[in-house]
Amino acid sequence: MKLPSKIYTFLIFLFLYAPIIVMIVFSFNSTNSTGLMAGFSLRWYAVLFSNKNIMQALYNTLILAVASALIATVIGTAAAVGIDKWKKNLFRSSVMGVTNIPMMTPEIVTGVSMMLLFVFMGRVIGRQGILGFGTILIAHVTFNLPYVILSVLPKLRQTDPHLAEAAQDLGCTPLRSFFKAVLPSISPGIVTGMIMAFTLSLDDFIISYFTTGPGFQTLPIAIFSMTKKRVKPDMYALSTLIFVSILVLLILTNVAQARGENKKKKNI
Amino acid sequence: MKKILSIMLALCVFTVPLLLVSAQTDVETLRGSTLTVYNWGEYISDGSDGSLNVNKEFETRYGIKVVYDTFENNEVMYSKIKGGGVNYDVLIPSDYMIERMISEKMLQKLDFANIPNDKYIDSKYKGLPYDPQDEYSVPYSVGMIGLIYNTKKVLDAPTSWTALWDKRYKKEILMINNPRDAFAIAHAVLGISYNTTVDADWKAGAEKLKEQKAFVQSYVNDEVFNKMESGESALAPYYAGDFLTMQENNPDLAFVYPSEGVNAFVDAMCIPTSAQNKAAAELYINFMQSPEIALANAEYIYYASPNTAVLANEDYSLKDNEVIYPDNASTLKTEIFSNLPPATLKLMSSLWDEVKTYEGKAITEENVEEDNSATESKTGLSSNTKTIIGLGAFVGVAAIYLIYRTVQKKKRENV
Amino acid sequence: MNKKTSLGNRLVASPYLLWSVLFIVAPMFFVIYYSFTNSAGAFTFENITELAKYTDTFLRSIWFGVLATIICLVLAYPIAYIIAQTSSNAQRTLVALVMLPMWMNFLIRTYSWMAILQDTGIINTFLNKIGIGTIRMINTPGAVILGMVYNFLPFMILPLYSVMAKLDKSVIEAAQDLGGNRLDVVRKVILPLSMPGIASGLTMVFVPSVSTFYISQKLGGGSFDLIGDVIERQFQQSYNYNLGASISLVLMVLILFSMAFLTKFTTEGEGMVI
Repeated sequence: MKLPSKIYTFLIFLFLYAPIIVMIVFSFNSTNSTGLMAGFSLRWYAVLFSNKNIMQALYNTLILAVASALIATVIGTAAAVGIDKWKKNLFRSSVMGVTNIPMMTPEIVTGVSMMLLFVFMGRVIGRQGILGFGTILIAHVTFNLPYVILSVLPKLRQTDPHLAEAAQDLGCTPLRSFFKAVLPSISPGIVTGMIMAFTLSLDDFIISYFTTGPGFQTLPIAIFSMTKKRVKPDMYALSTLIFVSILVLLILTNVAQARGENKKKKNI
Repeated sequence: MKKILSIMLALCVFTVPLLLVSAQTDVETLRGSTLTVYNWGEYISDGSDGSLNVNKEFETRYGIKVVYDTFENNEVMYSKIKGGGVNYDVLIPSDYMIERMISEKMLQKLDFANIPNDKYIDSKYKGLPYDPQDEYSVPYSVGMIGLIYNTKKVLDAPTSWTALWDKRYKKEILMINNPRDAFAIAHAVLGISYNTTVDADWKAGAEKLKEQKAFVQSYVNDEVFNKMESGESALAPYYAGDFLTMQENNPDLAFVYPSEGVNAFVDAMCIPTSAQNKAAAELYINFMQSPEIALANAEYIYYASPNTAVLANEDYSLKDNEVIYPDNASTLKTEIFSNLPPATLKLMSSLWDEVKTYEGKAITEENVEEDNSATESKTGLSSNTKTIIGLGAFVGVAAIYLIYRTVQKKKRENV
Repeated sequence: MNKKTSLGNRLVASPYLLWSVLFIVAPMFFVIYYSFTNSAGAFTFENITELAKYTDTFLRSIWFGVLATIICLVLAYPIAYIIAQTSSNAQRTLVALVMLPMWMNFLIRTYSWMAILQDTGIINTFLNKIGIGTIRMINTPGAVILGMVYNFLPFMILPLYSVMAKLDKSVIEAAQDLGGNRLDVVRKVILPLSMPGIASGLTMVFVPSVSTFYISQKLGGGSFDLIGDVIERQFQQSYNYNLGASISLVLMVLILFSMAFLTKFTTEGEGMVI
């Protein structure tokens, strides 16, 4: 990298990380201010772990993100495999059009329209107060699906269509041939889609806000109601912990991948 | 048997009213059930800073799980409930909203046999217009709105709402971000009743609010705490009880009930018709007005208590507080909100949209001569920069279009 | 392909088809239904005609959204290119670093910008110390746009990077060998080839920017209401689902039109690069 590029990269990352640095610094504040640094203390970390609501919200968020990412990955991968085989016709392009809707629709519209649907469904089945874990899960799967499909489809396009046929000619059932021949080659796309889905679900606030009910509060919703008043440094402490754990995870996977690549090179 | 005995013993430890409760409802059958409560944000003693965690106390006492959610204002609460997607067992809205919900059959009558602690409610708060027969609600806390100001920034102590229109505090004024309260302040200045149903009055209020917009730093609800405490803003209309919380963190703050009059409100507990656990809801309402719990809440939220047992309690630290129990209470001009007819409500929200989307450009130009240097550094994008950015955007779009043409050409060439 | 597999292929996608009809298409009909009815459920055009009042707000939102999108593109393009030029190890690390902020809650990050920008905030405290004095940054349109750029910049960098990483280096070298100067290479080779990335980046930044409400409330102080704020208020405060739905509908149509225009750029015509 040349010097100007280095400076530019540094500036962009400074911009991306400025609020995060502020957050980390103030998580160690000794007073409850998020604007004035009074002194160093770990009290907000203690406060955080004793806050049952936040811990419950964190747990809910993780459960929701994992469940919705898994469901979206299964349905979405299956859909991509199916769509890939279709001829290019009006039906296919309209299905793809529909797939793009959730990405093109503002989140607030998605959230509100799903709420309207759920409330209507609730009336039909005669259940008031239908909003809860079930509805928020459906909503999350829905906005995750396009991301899974759109990351699996390109990989399918790259795989040799004769691969599955060859496997079947060798006596595999269609299902077996899929798992043995196709799946390995599209798995990077599936993993990307799943991570994408997990990330989106983890951070979603607007759609969750409209589709969840009492008793199932996710972390973004909890944070939202806190930012209405004031964010105490315990939220910063939580974010710092999340940040550090993701950072460690990223470093570990990076090191592992780099090692893997080096090994490959050596073997060659 | 042992279990029941220990529960009886435990109950005996608590005050007499609680014993009465156990006589009326079979608390034991509610054990293990869930109760959902929908209350204002930061409006309950929640265990922070060494206070009593009221919900936890209820859970341990009765074995009923409390699911507790908060809302930021009456309208948000109303929309959620009216939307029909969610059920709550206990709501704590304000007077006018209770009136509206009663008229729309969204609340159910309470069984006061299960709420013996209602006897502690001060007679002042009985038979109020929003619930004339006292059938639907039990007051939770009461208060008034007033003007909070920072004595370091506001030198001459204001006595009028017009301070919120004072040029000197331009861009340091906070305004309340909900139509009912905002219009009430404008109406107070204009000398109009808060409950007017004359369209022209509401339009006049909207004009007044638009006029104010150039001076407003930010429209806030509970964000006011942070902004006033940090000294970011000079003036803000907010509730007296919340002022006490802010003053704890910033002693420079002061409070006044403006002379034009203020809105007095009663927030009361009620049970919506869609409630799933009415028995537990009544138990909870009763619990909230039991002397020691009501005291814990009053001490924590700093709002005035309607509970006579609290007011009579020697330990109540806010007993003689000038702000929430003003001496001149009788001479203060106060008005309670009442429910507005649907047409007025619609007009109000439409006018409020107008106020909020209104661009207060006139005032910035006007002030240019006045204090040129200050305006220059203190306004955002001037119209000049806007034009420049606009041109830039146009060039950008044009560039993209050119690139697009090139791509298309390439494609054709390839073909 | 034999009949059995084609049937299988149809079946394999059917859960998704069912899902998309139920949860993607059906909600859209609700939006349309509410747009054209009043609170009593009778057909009306009132909600649509009432929209004239919000023309200014629409224009402002689009204006802010376009600005934020262009700034994102300008900032992201060089960085994506720089990342794509580094070694594969460095690429992985840098991409991870771009994605990392997205894992942090965006409400908290926006809130933290408040602490940086406000009059008593970090920058102004510093400026006061060195004697420059307070510069008003928060509650200005600039702050709102900054918030948009900050929040959605990774959505621009990532698709751009992913097309640029796939660029065949030999093509660029060939162009250079053929005597193209640097600008020519960028204009004639890299830009056209990165078009799909630009298109999806533009979508992923423009759609959330134009419809945001949290950023304008926090960094704009509620004085620069965007169309997202108006929608949010209809559903949350005014309980006017009909008006809220009609504004949403118009917003969606606007977005779909601008996106239809944009997706003309993508050569493949279906889907986006993520």
